Amino acid sequence: MSPSVPLQEMIRAIRSARTQCEERGVIQRECAAIRAQFRQVDNGARSHNLAKLLYVHMLGYPAHFGQMECVRMIASPRYSEKRVGYLGAMMLLDEKQDASLLITNSIKNDLSHSNQYVQSLALCTLACMGSAEMCRDLAPEIDRLLRASNSYIKKKAALCAVHIVRKVQDLGELFAPAARSLLSEKNHGVLHGAVVLITELCERNPETLERFRKTVPDLVQIMKGLVISGYSPEHDVAGISDPFLQVRILRLLRILGRNNEAASDAMNDLLAQVATNTDSTKTVGNAVLYETVLTVLDIKSESGLRVLAVNILGRFLLNNDRNIRYIAMTSLQRIVGTDHNAVQRHRGTIVDCLKDQDASVKRRALELSLALVSASNIRSMMKELLLFLSSCPPELRAQAASGIFYAAERYAPSQRWHIDTILHVLTTAGGDVRDETVPNLIQLITNASELHCYTVHKLYRALLNDISQQSLVQVACWCIGEYGDLLLRGECQETEPAQVTEDDVLDALETVLQSHMSSPATRGFALTATMKLSTRILDNVDLGHRIRSIVSIYGSCIDVELQQRAVEYNALFRKYDHMSPYTSILSDKNTCLQVCDLLGLLGGSEEPLQPSPAPGLSLNTASTAGGDLLDLLGGLEPTPPAPGQIYTNTHTSHTMTVYEKDGVTLTLSCEKQSDSVLTVTLTASNSTDSDMSSFTLQAAVPKSVQLHMKAPSGDFLPARGAAKVTQMVVLNNPNKVGPQTQSYDALSYDEHQSVRGKVWSIRCKTTNYIREEENHCLISKINKAVAVFNKKLYHFPPPNLAFNSRC
Amino acid sequence: MIRFILIQNRAGKTRLAKWYMQFDDDEKQKLIEEVHAVVTVRDAKHTNFVEVWDQLVSYALSVLFPQFRNFKIIYRRYAGLYFCICVDVTDNNLAYLEGIHNFVEVLNEYFHNVCELDLVFNFYKVYTVVDEMFLAGEIRETSQTKVLKQLLMLQSLE
Repeated sequence: MSPSVPLQEMIRAIRSARTQCEERGVIQRECAAIRAQFRQVDNGARSHNLAKLLYVHMLGYPAHFGQMECVRMIASPRYSEKRVGYLGAMMLLDEKQDASLLITNSIKNDLSHSNQYVQSLALCTLACMGSAEMCRDLAPEIDRLLRASNSYIKKKAALCAVHIVRKVQDLGELFAPAARSLLSEKNHGVLHGAVVLITELCERNPETLERFRKTVPDLVQIMKGLVISGYSPEHDVAGISDPFLQVRILRLLRILGRNNEAASDAMNDLLAQVATNTDSTKTVGNAVLYETVLTVLDIKSESGLRVLAVNILGRFLLNNDRNIRYIAMTSLQRIVGTDHNAVQRHRGTIVDCLKDQDASVKRRALELSLALVSASNIRSMMKELLLFLSSCPPELRAQAASGIFYAAERYAPSQRWHIDTILHVLTTAGGDVRDETVPNLIQLITNASELHCYTVHKLYRALLNDISQQSLVQVACWCIGEYGDLLLRGECQETEPAQVTEDDVLDALETVLQSHMSSPATRGFALTATMKLSTRILDNVDLGHRIRSIVSIYGSCIDVELQQRAVEYNALFRKYDHMSPYTSILSDKNTCLQVCDLLGLLGGSEEPLQPSPAPGLSLNTASTAGGDLLDLLGGLEPTPPAPGQIYTNTHTSHTMTVYEKDGVTLTLSCEKQSDSVLTVTLTASNSTDSDMSSFTLQAAVPKSVQLHMKAPSGDFLPARGAAKVTQMVVLNNPNKVGPQTQSYDALSYDEHQSVRGKVWSIRCKTTNYIREEENHCLISKINKAVAVFNKKLYHFPPPNLAFNSRC
Repeated sequence: MIRFILIQNRAGKTRLAKWYMQFDDDEKQKLIEEVHAVVTVRDAKHTNFVEVWDQLVSYALSVLFPQFRNFKIIYRRYAGLYFCICVDVTDNNLAYLEGIHNFVEVLNEYFHNVCELDLVFNFYKVYTVVDEMFLAGEIRETSQTKVLKQLLMLQSLE
């Protein structure tokens, strides 16, 4: 086997290895050699071997076979071997290893060794890796050492006691008296250890805390000595004497003074003195000041002192050193709840820190800014926060957005401002907001009814700019669908008018639907909005087609939700179109739409999205008394009054007077025979003083309807209604097709007056009466005498009667 | 209370690792890697303190080691070496920052203008220095002169 090389050589060899593989080779060879050496009884190079092993362990390779060797070496009388043995114990052994118990005895012996360095080694090891059992065994020894005369040992013993207390809490009682006596030491190191020990005892045990409260005056005394008299060259750091000890004492004072008036009073002067006298140009000074501030804020200090503390924090905020700004904001965060006004004074600086380059400083500044928002400064703060949002790192966006929403909700000065703010956030950081902002925003918009126009205009413009922010797109789609008519109207008081055509709107929605950036939820919103627009936009046939074609595309979409929506909307178009306000103007040429009667239940509801519970118009409003003047379209302004004054009739037969002039009265009554057959009975009577003869009735129907006129009962109308003339007309609509847009003549009625033979012809036209303005007047004239009736046959178009007098 | 002290170089090699808390071997390894990842990406425009939720990487630390939520890392970079101390959240950052500097100054005196190689070849001596200045997770001796005196005495014993 290769001879073992000294430590330095080995380290050099390992370092010169060029590849990982080479290094591993070297290490394996060395470990093998070391193992062999360990098996030998004793040679002078044991410590070297163990040191080599420890180096290998530091590099990350397994070295547990050295544990027993450590144990053996600790027991060795030679100092060098002991040292390496203890080091090995600290590195290789820990509580979980069984071998650690074996060294308990060695440690115990070494604790009473004559050489203080051996003692210190033992203390060190115990403090580093002592398990609970070891601690329990050796606690009395430690206590003894605490009272020893050697300050070097006392220092270490004190910290060892700290470790023991942490491991086994009950032993704290054991050390309390010794700790108390240590406070009167002059040696800083011992003092330091003592303070740490007392801190630990007090933190763990409230009774001990009570007991140690009496030491507050002593501690104050010590601090005063440090602060005032202080130049001790040994412990001086940048002009401040022993800042570490000062920090420790301040911490202990904090614990002792918490929730205790008497102790806090005793410290007030001291704290004020430290706060004012400490030099704050260097980090050490700031460390002491920081600890002072923390103490002041934690105990029951007087208000002047608190103000001083907050001012110190404010000064920290202006410091150039980023570290100090950071810790200042951390502390301010803690007190912003209680000392809100004091922190408000530094709001400007905090807001400036939002622009710092370090992400952690930005985070602290953001949290503090959100906590400082109040009703009085909401506008300026929000400006800053929105500016921050546009440039902040991605991990802070969600927090910033939700904080802004919360603040806006609590302190919004006006609804418009609120909506503006939310829109701004959505455009800048829409991808990072939480899911419930969308419904919240929708609810907010709904409630702000006077801002609908403004909102929808703004959202539409935002949508045109950018469709990648899902929340924004969802809200925009919903608004366009809901308030699309306001958008198309164009003018709006609160924002510049812009002419938006229906095609533009549909284009926008279609882009959303087709874009790959849209999530399925967004597509659902867009689809529903498209559907809703079909009721808002009423006068454009092509648009209607376009909407339907868009919607029906999604009937075969992969996404089940979209597919379901599209199919349901298509069904609405098909079956319940009679309720839609514009279906009557559609021709039958394209889709298989079953258009109901022309004048039938036009636009029965404003929202065709709500499927009607049963087919036919008898279900909804038709059942009002007498069925007359069912103004089914009462709610729809854009539609002209013509369809509104449609009489419907649910009874199987009902008589209506359709014409009454110059003494001639004509009534119609209908009766449904079957699904496609309607029987109309025309009854004429004469109430003038002269008789009428050669009275004939003529009727005309659209091409899709078959007309069969039965023979009239007569053609002579005696005077004063002595007798009536009736005629039966059978109308057959086999295809159940809707009326055409062409005009047709319905009834032509010749009236012979025995006097002159005036022919009156009654014409009726069905027209695209929604579009053509002139027919409005005509129809309004006519409608006073027009009666159209419909029964359950919503698909049976009755003749529309209009009267056009011609002389 | 200090949880551990680490000295690492930029490449991630550990020059010193002192643990004041119980960790398994693989946990120790993971911690070393994570601390290295967190600390090496920071430059002059960051603060010297790393709290758990500040970066995604350190968030991973808090997930792997739940107790890490109460810790923070205070580090300082000297040439190619990062001196990292992991402490409790409630501790005074600036004081430990000064503690690191104190420690480095002692090393400098002891090794006469210390460089990384000194730490590599005399690693056991570095441990001695650490044990002189920190014990049981607390700062033990702050006076540089005293520490140096002790170290020289110890050296003479060997």
